Amino acid sequence: MTDNKKIPGTQLISGEQSQRIFEGLNRGMSRRDALFMLGLAGIAAAGAGSLFGPGGQLLAAGTASEGSVKGKRGGRIKVASATSSTADTLDPAKGSNYTDYCRHNMFYNGLTSLDEQLAPSMALAESFDTSDAMTWNIKLRKDVVFHDGKPMTSADVVYSLTRHKLPQVGSKALSTAQQFEEVKASGPHEVQIRLVSPNADLPAILGTTHFLILRDGTSDFAIANGTGPFTCAEFQPGVRSIAKRNENYWKAGLPYLDEIEFFSIPDESARISALLAGDVDLINPVSPRSVSRLKSDSNVNLMESLTGGYTNLVMRDELGPVQNPDFVLAMKYLLDRKQINRVAFRGYGAIANDQPIAASNRYFAADIPQRDFDPDKAKFHLKKSGMTGRALPLVASEAATGSQDIAQLLQLSGQQIGLKLDIKRVPADGYWSNHWMKHPLGFGSVNARPTADLMFSLFFQSTATMNESGWNNPRFDELLLAARGETDAAKRKQMYAEMQMLVHEHCGVGIPQFSSSLDGHNAKLKGLRPHPLGGLMGYMFAEHVWLDA
Amino acid sequence: MNGTIARLVVGRLAVGVITLLIVSLVVFLLTSLLPGDAVQEMLGQEATPEAVAALRAQLGLDQPVYLRYLHWLGGLLSGSPGVSMVNGMPVDQLIASRLPNTLSLAAITALVSVPVALTIGIVSAMYRGSKFDRYSNMLTVFAVSVPEFLIATIAVLIFAVKLGWLSALSRSVEVHSFGELVRVYAMPVLTLCCVLIAQMARMTRAAVIDQLSSPYVEMAVLKGARPIRVVLRHALPNAIGPIANAVALSLSYLLGGVVIVESIFNYPGIATLIVNGVITRDMPLVQACVMLFCLGFLMLVLLADLCAILSNPRLRK
Repeated sequence: MTDNKKIPGTQLISGEQSQRIFEGLNRGMSRRDALFMLGLAGIAAAGAGSLFGPGGQLLAAGTASEGSVKGKRGGRIKVASATSSTADTLDPAKGSNYTDYCRHNMFYNGLTSLDEQLAPSMALAESFDTSDAMTWNIKLRKDVVFHDGKPMTSADVVYSLTRHKLPQVGSKALSTAQQFEEVKASGPHEVQIRLVSPNADLPAILGTTHFLILRDGTSDFAIANGTGPFTCAEFQPGVRSIAKRNENYWKAGLPYLDEIEFFSIPDESARISALLAGDVDLINPVSPRSVSRLKSDSNVNLMESLTGGYTNLVMRDELGPVQNPDFVLAMKYLLDRKQINRVAFRGYGAIANDQPIAASNRYFAADIPQRDFDPDKAKFHLKKSGMTGRALPLVASEAATGSQDIAQLLQLSGQQIGLKLDIKRVPADGYWSNHWMKHPLGFGSVNARPTADLMFSLFFQSTATMNESGWNNPRFDELLLAARGETDAAKRKQMYAEMQMLVHEHCGVGIPQFSSSLDGHNAKLKGLRPHPLGGLMGYMFAEHVWLDA
Repeated sequence: MNGTIARLVVGRLAVGVITLLIVSLVVFLLTSLLPGDAVQEMLGQEATPEAVAALRAQLGLDQPVYLRYLHWLGGLLSGSPGVSMVNGMPVDQLIASRLPNTLSLAAITALVSVPVALTIGIVSAMYRGSKFDRYSNMLTVFAVSVPEFLIATIAVLIFAVKLGWLSALSRSVEVHSFGELVRVYAMPVLTLCCVLIAQMARMTRAAVIDQLSSPYVEMAVLKGARPIRVVLRHALPNAIGPIANAVALSLSYLLGGVVIVESIFNYPGIATLIVNGVITRDMPLVQACVMLFCLGFLMLVLLADLCAILSNPRLRK
């Protein structure tokens, strides 16, 4: 843990602190208080940083928080998610929703895992070393065995990482894996990864579920054979999985539970009823509308995880009228964020500032002034863009959570300034292939990604297939590549701040708020904590929760 | 008479095969009109052109529709309905894991609902205009009009959340004793019965009343037969045809139309399987499920017709 000094990164302000500040802002704390808190946090962080000396040591953070609460062993729980189908898979490369991710985290481990500030902490790897962020030498733990008894070696890691590039695997991480120039074993417990171009985020990327480690040569996924905290006793796609405690787990004392039955109840009200009736112990998501039902029962608790995901207004650059920068600004000023938060999300979530980096992220730029609802400025920019009085279609769908409410609010505020928006509601089925990014004005919905680099390169880089607004900003692209290879954390933070500013100012994407994921759970279930990746503890609850019988 | 029935059965089976063929063709064409294919659904946001092309080639989706259809048909005739495009499992295995659940739910629901519905229908026809008739009429209209999800949700709220008598989820795998059977099936069966009983009871009542107003019944009454004998001995045999048809139609719904009940009670049956199949554009799965529903429907209707013929000598010519 301590011998990887070369990991770049620092935390001027920890994710937790900025999250607290952000929540404070939501509760009505004044900006001045917030800035004061930020200042204090900065000083504290500077002090803490000096303990590690220059170069910053970051990766120890994950283990410190784990040791604090010791759970009780034993017990079995039932967990219900909302999405499940015959497409459920035990192949981490194909995992396509949080049900899959949770399942994969039960049965497999990654080289790293992402802690509550989204910084990578070591898991199957003991260390990551690099001098140029291009060539990485990874040392593996030697005490890890697969569920079938085979010890883990570098061959397993090489197999698990290289298979993503094979098209017949159908990996969801194909585009990320294109960055691997070569993955090779340099010893029985050492792996060398050579990248196409420098990427200082590699340890974080390898902490995502798609890159979990399989046994060398695995091609049958009827049952899972990993190194994870649970062994797979049963798996039926679209029905359920049963996970049994891995007695040989390499993390001493973990997991706490004997068994987890994991399935899905797609119907929201049935899911809540099952929790209230005591038939399941943990559910996700709980829609804000159902919160009052849960609060009426003292045997169940609610946990809010503030995530970096969002539902955003997309203004396609190359599609006709909305390529006008003034129009884009007008729309951004027209987003009544507080009301959107209250109406569409019932007060859950955190106000966002038209840029995709959430306050919990270590690269969040806190000094960009918050854009507020301002009909006068919106009117001014609309007039300047010459669009006043014109009618525009706005496409919304249930597929993008909350977008129909946001569209209605926009329509109402639009009327105030002489902009006519016709809301076109389209079905959720097929939305992403038929409507998303295909209309001048529409909505997207983005799940939290583990790194700032991924967020930017997936959704904002000019060449990205998911560049939602069709944005093309040479300075941004240049900074993106520079920041990716930058091993000096302070410089990197500065670059990311500038990129956030560029998106905030110029990009045709309006981000009104970051969403929350709500978990409902049996009050006896302990150890559950919010995680910025998403609900169910960033899909990693299995290893951490325990029953207080 | 045996010859007539044998001829009818053979004829019906032949028509059934043709119907199945036509249905499969229509479903294949319709599903190919759906936006997006299995590969796009699978890759989602990672659908780069190369990845899509590679997976399509692997799954055979790069071939034209008619070739895919013939290929599928050939597989079906040789006894293999294909492999799921989404998870690589054989389709028959996927269906085999769910079919027993669907069939047992359907069987229990039928066992409960058919006798109750017939009794209600016959009694209310016998005492037409009585209080019982009026109230049962009102109740059945009410039950037919209330959507299933509402009945199911309210049942869960009362029996599972408030009273805690029954489990909010139904799992056929956990049944070991009669008590557990009741715990697991009570609410789904209750929900399905609400709709089915109402439909069947109303059809039965109408069919029996129709017969009761005919001259031969009047004759029987004049002859001095007791009302119960008039209905059971004289009217009912003539009403069996329409009643059997109503029952068959209602029951065919249990084979594939119970998506809502399955999803609310988290009961792994065929209906959710086909919904999954459509959402993920898993054509082999959708095709196989549709064939199965169609076959089930044809069989039920055939049985209903046989009932009608056996009960009515005039149809046996």
